[in-house]
Amino acid sequence: MMFSLENITNSIHEWLYANLNATLALIIEFAIIGVLVIGLFAALGLVLIMMERKVSSWMQLRLGPNRVGPGGMFQTVADTIKLIVKEGMTPDRVDKLLFNLAPFIVMVIAMVVMAPIMFAKGFQIWDINIGVLFVLAVSSISVIGILIAGWASNNKYSLLGAMRSGAQIVSYELSAGLSVLAIVVLSGGLRMSTIIDAQQTGWWLFKGHIPAIIAFVIFIIAVTAETNRAPFDLAEAESELTGGFHTEYSGMKFALFFLAEYVNIFVVCAIGATLFLGGWMPFHIGNWQAFNHVMDYIPSSIWFFGKTFLLIFIIMWFRWTFPRLRIDQLLQLEWKYLLPISMFNLLLATVVAIAGWHF
Amino acid sequence: MYRETEVIQTIPGTDEMVLNIGPQHPATHGVLHLVITLNGEIIKKVEPHLGYIHRSIEKMCESLSYRQFIYSTSRMDYLSSHINNHACALCVEQGLEVEIPRRAQYIRVIMDELTRIASHCLWWGAMAMDVGALTPFFLAFREREMINDIMEETCGARLTMNYMVPGGVMFDLHPNFVGRVKHFIAHFKSKIDEYDELVTGNIIFQNRLKNIGVLRPEDAISYGCSGPTARASGVSCDLRKHMPYEIYPELQFEEVLDNGGDSFARYLVRLTELRQSMHILEQLIDDIPEGDFQAKTKAVLKLPKGEYYQPIETARGEFGVYIVSDGSTTPYRIKFRSPGFSNLSVLDHISRGQKIGDLVAIMGSLDLVIPDIDR
Repeated sequence: MMFSLENITNSIHEWLYANLNATLALIIEFAIIGVLVIGLFAALGLVLIMMERKVSSWMQLRLGPNRVGPGGMFQTVADTIKLIVKEGMTPDRVDKLLFNLAPFIVMVIAMVVMAPIMFAKGFQIWDINIGVLFVLAVSSISVIGILIAGWASNNKYSLLGAMRSGAQIVSYELSAGLSVLAIVVLSGGLRMSTIIDAQQTGWWLFKGHIPAIIAFVIFIIAVTAETNRAPFDLAEAESELTGGFHTEYSGMKFALFFLAEYVNIFVVCAIGATLFLGGWMPFHIGNWQAFNHVMDYIPSSIWFFGKTFLLIFIIMWFRWTFPRLRIDQLLQLEWKYLLPISMFNLLLATVVAIAGWHF
Repeated sequence: MYRETEVIQTIPGTDEMVLNIGPQHPATHGVLHLVITLNGEIIKKVEPHLGYIHRSIEKMCESLSYRQFIYSTSRMDYLSSHINNHACALCVEQGLEVEIPRRAQYIRVIMDELTRIASHCLWWGAMAMDVGALTPFFLAFREREMINDIMEETCGARLTMNYMVPGGVMFDLHPNFVGRVKHFIAHFKSKIDEYDELVTGNIIFQNRLKNIGVLRPEDAISYGCSGPTARASGVSCDLRKHMPYEIYPELQFEEVLDNGGDSFARYLVRLTELRQSMHILEQLIDDIPEGDFQAKTKAVLKLPKGEYYQPIETARGEFGVYIVSDGSTTPYRIKFRSPGFSNLSVLDHISRGQKIGDLVAIMGSLDLVIPDIDR
């Protein structure tokens, strides 16, 4: 009937276990997943960078890339090839081990965070029982990669950028975590599939009342800060610190930071779509049977990616509209406003969940 | 594995480190080199280093005739080349004692005000870019392109105009000029409100600029600041009012003053000046008198022996031309007083104790053009 990723994965899984012994089948499954994640990583990097350039050019009265391929679609491919063939330069007087390690730490973490994300109905790498907690825990390690990069570069701009980034990511994780917890409280589980199933009757953004809306707004602000995007791009603050923590990086090492940034945006937006917009769940309106049927016919992967890209577009919109905050204003916003509000909001969400006021 | 390396050093005995901003840096809009002493993010000292774009224009002018030297001044403050040329032309005219045709005076003032708008537009975009918003730069360039197109039609140039000559202007206006300027005024009136919506009212932008880089009036005077930088501190110094030249006394416009003294006051003064320039243009554009666009002057100009000084209000402040003549065909000595140099000198004073991000915002609000500072 419908195109379903669930059937494909299930049939591959059964075929492997029927024809091979269990260990070999598991290893092959791991290999397939690894290749898929790396492929997704590359594809997302290309698509998102293209999207960013087109969105920015649209907002800035420009055409954007339009020479390579139809509508400039292969511009990022050309850029990637250029970056790959560049010399992998390590400047003199840097800490060579850490300098070369940092981009890989950042990239690997961006890949690992993808594990519990449900890309479509039944299409998930690992439905771990602490899914949301896993994402929060692993994504916070990426700050270590940035700190290492800033420290190992032996450059004052890099150091300042890394220190800013450390302060920023550590602070904003708190309100990101608390706003996620509000949804966990409402749906009663940390597992991604549980949270999505709880939104069978409606997305949390719509049926979670005020706490869900507050949590959504705080979540979007906090993840914009966590991914070092403007208006919170203090870690690289082009007009202040030239390139921030990746000032000294060039070639493919720089590209890894760049790709990791975009994949991180995708990951956080995917989490946002899962928690607040129902993941792969189609959009339903009450008793409109015909409308709901039509919505059901759209494949679940399209729903998931559509919602995710909508959130990505909002975050890009921020970047091309707002000026940058200053470091003290940034921390003030978090500790004086967002954190108390999200703590109170968590309490409110708990009351709503216990009283069963949500739909 | 670990190799002993030279690590980042602090100044011995303190926690302070020295950071070089520039000469190649995205925030300095040119080859300005700032040596700043930092304690964490807090600025302790700012020391501007000049000389990267020194072209010895003053010395070069001594070997050029009175017609020729004007062209080198287009290369100083490249954003207001009309106004620079205007000052030189006025200074030479002092010595020649010629009567400037009224049409030429109108054209000169219109060109000055168009230049001021173009310059402030570019500043607005660069200012927003300094505090991290990239889009306004493109919006500002849209308007600046329109002015450049108007200029190109009449002067044949877009940046280094060389249009003002002793005795008037070089060519007559292009037939399309009046229509295009009117179209520009109508267009810009709607766009300037868009500027306010996008940037001025933005809470992040306001917080970045308010109470940052406060310049007190007495400091503005003692450092020799001029133009919008001084007027934002409440110092009345608009030369179009105080030492009027050409037809400015006949025009209706206000000197924009603000008592804030901070970066946001400087921002507001420049934005209001845009509206005032539009107001001046509206008064002039409809009745440009007919007549000559240039007075009759000799082919080879000679100034009588003596000293001549002409200050003029550029987009950045007071630009002065000082000529010492020994009666020959070339000036004996020329000195330019550029507004950017004095405005830069105040940077150390107002940015101590602020953060690095503020330094960039303060530099943006001072509207520095490096070739103007470093001649």
